[in-house]
This record gives sequence, C-alpha cells and structure tokens, in this order.
Amino acid sequence: MSRMISYQEKDTWIHRLSGVTKLIFLMLWCITSALTYDTMVLVIMILIGASIYAVSRTEWKQVSTVFKTILFFMVLNLVFIFIFAPYEGCGIYGSRTEMIRLFGDIYLTKEQLFYELNVMIKYFTVIPAVFIFLVTTDPSEFAASLNLVGVPYSFAYSVAIALRYIPDVQDDFIRIRNAQEARGIEMSGKASLKDRLIRTSSIIFPLLFSTMERIDVVSNAMELRGFGKKKKRSWYAQRKLMRNDWIVIISAVVFSIAALIYTFYDGNRFYNPF
Amino acid sequence: MEPIIEFKDFSFQYKSQTEPTLHDINLRIMHGEKILIAGPSGSGKSTLAHCINALIPCSYPGKTGGSLNVAGLNPEKEGVFGMSKKVGTVLQDTNGQFIGLTVAEDLAFALENDNVPQEEMKKKVMEAAEVVDMTRFLRRSPEALSGGQKQRVSMGGVLVDDVDILLFDEPLANLDPATGKKTIELIDQITKNKDITVLIIEHRLEDVLYKDVDRIIVVNDGTIIADEKPDDLLCGNVLGEQGIREPLYLSAIRHTGQTVAPNDRPQHVESMNLEPYSDGVRKWFKAAPPKAEKSLGDPVLELRHVNFSYVPGQPVLQDISFSVRKGEMLSIVGKNGAGKSTCASLICGFNEADSGEILLNGRDITPLSVKERGEKIGFVMQSPNQMISKPMIRDEVGLGLAVRGVPEEEIRERVDETLKICGLYPFRNWPVSALSFGQKKRVTIASILVMKPEIMILDEPTAGQDFRHYTEIMEFLKELNEKHGLTILMITHDMHLMLEYTDRAIVLSEGHLLTDETPARVLTDECTAEKACLKKTSLYDLALRCGISDADEFVDRFIAWEREERR
Repeated sequence: MSRMISYQEKDTWIHRLSGVTKLIFLMLWCITSALTYDTMVLVIMILIGASIYAVSRTEWKQVSTVFKTILFFMVLNLVFIFIFAPYEGCGIYGSRTEMIRLFGDIYLTKEQLFYELNVMIKYFTVIPAVFIFLVTTDPSEFAASLNLVGVPYSFAYSVAIALRYIPDVQDDFIRIRNAQEARGIEMSGKASLKDRLIRTSSIIFPLLFSTMERIDVVSNAMELRGFGKKKKRSWYAQRKLMRNDWIVIISAVVFSIAALIYTFYDGNRFYNPF
Repeated sequence: MEPIIEFKDFSFQYKSQTEPTLHDINLRIMHGEKILIAGPSGSGKSTLAHCINALIPCSYPGKTGGSLNVAGLNPEKEGVFGMSKKVGTVLQDTNGQFIGLTVAEDLAFALENDNVPQEEMKKKVMEAAEVVDMTRFLRRSPEALSGGQKQRVSMGGVLVDDVDILLFDEPLANLDPATGKKTIELIDQITKNKDITVLIIEHRLEDVLYKDVDRIIVVNDGTIIADEKPDDLLCGNVLGEQGIREPLYLSAIRHTGQTVAPNDRPQHVESMNLEPYSDGVRKWFKAAPPKAEKSLGDPVLELRHVNFSYVPGQPVLQDISFSVRKGEMLSIVGKNGAGKSTCASLICGFNEADSGEILLNGRDITPLSVKERGEKIGFVMQSPNQMISKPMIRDEVGLGLAVRGVPEEEIRERVDETLKICGLYPFRNWPVSALSFGQKKRVTIASILVMKPEIMILDEPTAGQDFRHYTEIMEFLKELNEKHGLTILMITHDMHLMLEYTDRAIVLSEGHLLTDETPARVLTDECTAEKACLKKTSLYDLALRCGISDADEFVDRFIAWEREERR
C-alpha cells in the first residue's frame, strides 16, 4: 500500500535543517501568504517555493496524488467563489471591466478574473511549502519541534505514535477485509448502499477490537518505560540549531516583514492594476 | 543474603472477580538468579509478573493481601513509574511494544522520558545496542525488522535503565523456533555478563531449558505448585499433572517404561547421561508398531510454478509447485517472512499470482473472485477477534450463508448441524463474548465450515495457546479431518504441531520451496532445519545418542504412540 505523503530520508541541506527551523519557516510562510494579496509578493513566493522544491529533490510521485486532490478542491473553490460572489473583484479593485455576458445579467469581469487568479496563486505559494515540510522532516523530529515551540509533549508525541502505528492498523484492515471477503461479504460496488453499510460493520468491529487490544499493549509498554513520569522530556531525534538554521529563520523573518510592509504600504493588501 | 524479590502470604483479587486470582504465594528469589515461571493459561503466572512491575494494581486494579518486596521497594506504593527503574519488562507482543519510529529512538524511549540530556542519551543507546547486537540497524524502522530483531530492541530498551530485574512475559510466543533459540541464548548471555536477576514466564519449557536456569516455579490455580531445581522437577510428575508439556526426549524415555533420575542431569538432551536408558529406548523402538499409512484421495489443490512479487524485481515467491490431496492435513512452515502467508493469500485470491497456475480439482481458479473461491477454500485467521463481527453465535456462524442469500430455513439447519460438529450446539443462543478463547476459535472455524468448503486454510491455529488448549484445538481439527474428510492446510511455526498433526510439511525459505516431506524427515535433517529456521527435534538427538540410526522412523513411531496415549 502506498503511503502517500511521508518523510523520505535524503541528504540535502533542507533535510539537514532542524525541524524547528522548518516549522517556523512554514508558519511564517503561511501567515504571509494568508495576509497578502499583492500579486508581486505572491509571484516571488511562488518562485522561491518552486526553487526550494527543486533543491529538496522531492519526487513528483511522492506528492502527485495529494496534489491532484488539492487541485480538484481548488478548482471547486474558484468556481464557487464565482457563483456566490461574481463581482467580488469589482468591489475590491473599485472598477468594473466587463468582458462577456455569461447568462442573465451575469458578466465575466477582468477584475473578477484577476482576483481569482490571485486566490489561485495563493494556493500555489502554500502547497509546495507544506509538501516540502512533510517530506523532508523526520516525524520524530517534528514531534520534538512541536514540543520545543510550546506544544505539550504528550500531544506532540501522539503525532509520532500515530505515524508509528497507522501502517499496522492499515495492515490489519487489509487482512480483515480479505478474510471477510472470502466469507462472502463483498465490498465492491455491486451491493446496494444499505447492504454495503451493514457489511462495512463486519470489518469495522473486528478492526476496532484488534485495535483496542493493540492500544492496551502499547499504553502498557509506554507506561512500563516511564512515559508521562516527568513534566519535561528530552528527545533523541531533536537537532541542534546550526548556522544554516539561523540563516533560514532570519531570512524568513526578514522576508515576511518586507513582504507585509510592501503589501500594506499603500494601505491596501491588494495590488491594483486597474 | 536478602532476597531481591520476596512474596509473603501474598494474594491478589481483580476488581471484577469474585475469587482471588493469586493466593498463598510465598516465594523468595535471590539476586542474580535465573528463574523460569511455568504454568498453563489462566494459572496466574502473568498476574504474578504484573505484581512485580506494578501493572497490578496500578493499571489492573484489585485488592492485594500479604506483602511483596521487590528490590527493597513496595510495588503498590511505588507505582509503575517507580518500579520501571528496577524492573525491566519485555512483553510478548514484539511489534506492539516497539514504540519508536526507529531502533535508536525505541532504545532511547525510557531515557527520553527521564529527560536525560541528548549527549548522554546517545552514548547509552549505543551501549544498549551493542549488548543486544543491533548497532547496524539503529536507523531502521520497525517495518523493516524481523520479530526477533524487534524483541532484541525491546530488551535493549529496558537495559538502558540499568535495571536489577529483567522480566520476560512469554518471550517465545511470536517467534519461529530458530529465533526463539537465539533469544534464549541472548538472555543467557545478559544474565552472565550483567549483574542481573532474570525471570522468564513461558509455557514452552523445552525451548527455555536450552540454556540452564536455576529454578523452575510451577504456578497453577493461582498458587505455587512447585519450586524446584530443573533436574529434580523434570524427574517428577508435576509437569504432566499441571498440563505443562515436558521435553519430548523425556516423554520418550518415560514411555519406554523407565524412570529418569535427577543425577543423570536431564535438563539438556545433549549432555544428559543416557547410558542407563539407551537399551530400553532401543528395545521400545523395535517393538513399537510402524506408523500407519494413510490412504489419500486425488489431488484437490495444485500450485504449478507460481511466482509472485509485491514490488517488481523483488520476488516474494518463486516457482512454487506442490499439490494437496483430498483428506490430507498438511503444514506450510518456514521462518517469519519466508512467504507462508503470501502463499495462502494467493490460494484464497487476496493477491493475484504474477505467473503460474493454481488448480482446484484440476480446474484453474484464476478467474474466480475472492468470494467464489471462499465457497470452496475457507480461510481462518489467527485471532478470532479478527473475524468475529456479530454479537450472537448463531448469527456469526450463519453470516457467510446469509450474505449469499441462502433461505433462512436452510441457514438454520446448516448452522445447527455445524454447531453440533463443532461441539458448540449447547451454546447456540449465547452471545460470543461469553465464550473462552478456544471456543471463539471454534466459532470462527464453524463460520467457515458452514459453507462446506473442500479445503480449510488456518493461519497459526494455536498461536499463544498452552498445551491443553493446543491439544483441544488440534484434536478438533484432526477429527474434522478424519471423520468429515476435510482437507486442512495450516500455516505454522510450531514444530510440535507440524510433527504431531500433519502428514506432510511444505517448507518455504526466502520465497523458494525448500522441501516437501514428512515432518519427521524435515525435523531430523539438520540442513533443512537450519535453512528454514526450524529447530531439529530433541527426539532426533535422543535417537542418535541411543544408537538408533533410523531417527525419523523413531520420531514417527513415538509421535503416533504418544497421540494414541493422549486420547
């Protein structure tokens, strides 16, 4: 079974950065992208994102499935923006340049197109950053980083533990599904929806019970080795901040501030070509 | 000298139970001892262990009586965390207790929780990895490790803490025989090199006794039945009476009508003084009847040159060919990851073979769907909990028929008939949850049997079962085989099962078919045994050391004779 978007060990300077650095970068990046609608800033962010993506040697097949799913929802989103607010762009840019009449008295305007283009670009600034973060950050190091930026360790660790046992539960699921299918409980589309719902229970209950057994073992094993004993916890996978980390953090902060100043300099977060 | 563990008139009663699970426990264990705690399932041996690491009464609440002192501490007061500094526990489930995402992180887990600085932690992890010989695998993820390696990591993970006591809860339950042997070697090495007390809870006595232990404590019905040196205990009758299987070579000597004396050191077959017994063994061999030949029908299932891989270029099964004849009971054996389960998946249609043919009654079954195959080839999973989805026994057993649209009247009839065969008829209107593990296993077998399959494939039918339950399940399967003509295929790494209950063994190793032979031959051939990570049977050593050259015939005759006896 393919594990769609997961950490892969490689040796690039991005992989070598500490998880904290990458987390801070990602957070600043997302905030900046969320606040600005300035086309210039967004285009620069896309260019930076694309080059980081290349440097991180992320392979297309690692992310393609998720990317396509996101793309689908993005298109859906753009369509709905148009349906529910066809003149949003005109309001923002304060003008109305009609291009074609679509139906009734709904017109496609240049302002609306430009606005939706900006929305789309915003997606494209964030997507590569999230992908790169996920595929270049060791999950245990990520847990350590979360803890370091103030998230309680029991919560941070649950991220790591989920990643540890999800493949096991997946395997269980496949095995149970196979055995039930051999007994004649088909999951394929042939059965009616009601039948399928009832039959799903023949997988869900055994899966639930075997997962409960597993949870019992895991929680005992964790307790026997002292998990939760102290207020603080150290992390084997944690990396110290090196020179490169500081460079990245400082650059990210400087870039975000610069981008936001540039965006809001004229008192409006939109770039207006009209 | 003060004992490191001392139970005084100790008792324990689980909150949900009306009777105490442990009572009148008086036990002293000295520093540096290596102790084996044996007993059938439900005897209280695991409860005893949980009292030492404080899971009882902290995680499993209940009432304790008397006193317990472990390394100068009272577990009840210290709690699980307090005891974890003194007692290291290695659980039975090698996969479940592997918590870290890599070997190094799992080794470091206890240190992380103790907030040990990273520098020191890395040093200690390295040391622990050396002790358990895992230094080359530090960055591996659990999916890329074998069961034996995971268990080594668990051992390392408790050794980082410099514990005084190591507690093993059924360490052999999930391992193939050769890996189990290595585990026992490693435990022995740790006991010798470190100043540590070791407690092993296990019902597979012969496998643990591969290396010396100081004492064996037999637990049953919640109390201590015997506390003796191995040589003394093995000569008495306690083991048989308590439903614990004694080493096979000793059963053999006993069956020849001789009594074993402690000063012949019966703990290991290799070093035991056999001189007084060898004449008797030879005489018995000559007199014993040869194993009865079983008449077999036509081939039902045939695999011809089957190849399979999950990832192209990494074959899991290569050129597998064998046939199963009607009425046969056979086993597929080999170490974990040799391709046993994959082989079953191909037969059931969960995966498609890349090339080759699978024939049922001479017809290619490739075009049949999983459901269609399921009507002819039944598959029973290892744990009943992985299959049971209905609250009531009758519904669970009838499920396969109900989804196939069989009329209700007929379902009722067939379910009743099947329940009678499986000895479950008296419980027909009970909820499944009221049954014991063995009975649940029967329910899952019944739920397959009801579809009248021609072949039944069982994945590890007796995993984790003690001798009594093992015998119960296997005798039941044997009866289905003999009386009802059901062809049975079992995936197993239990050498006893293969030897005692199957006519033939298909041995897989690294995706190849190594041999297709009678179990006695497989287990008396050192070369095959080693390649497939099996363990040759001690009966073989006994035969050779008594001057019987036809060792596999000896094994066959003894096994046939013993099964007759047990009935």
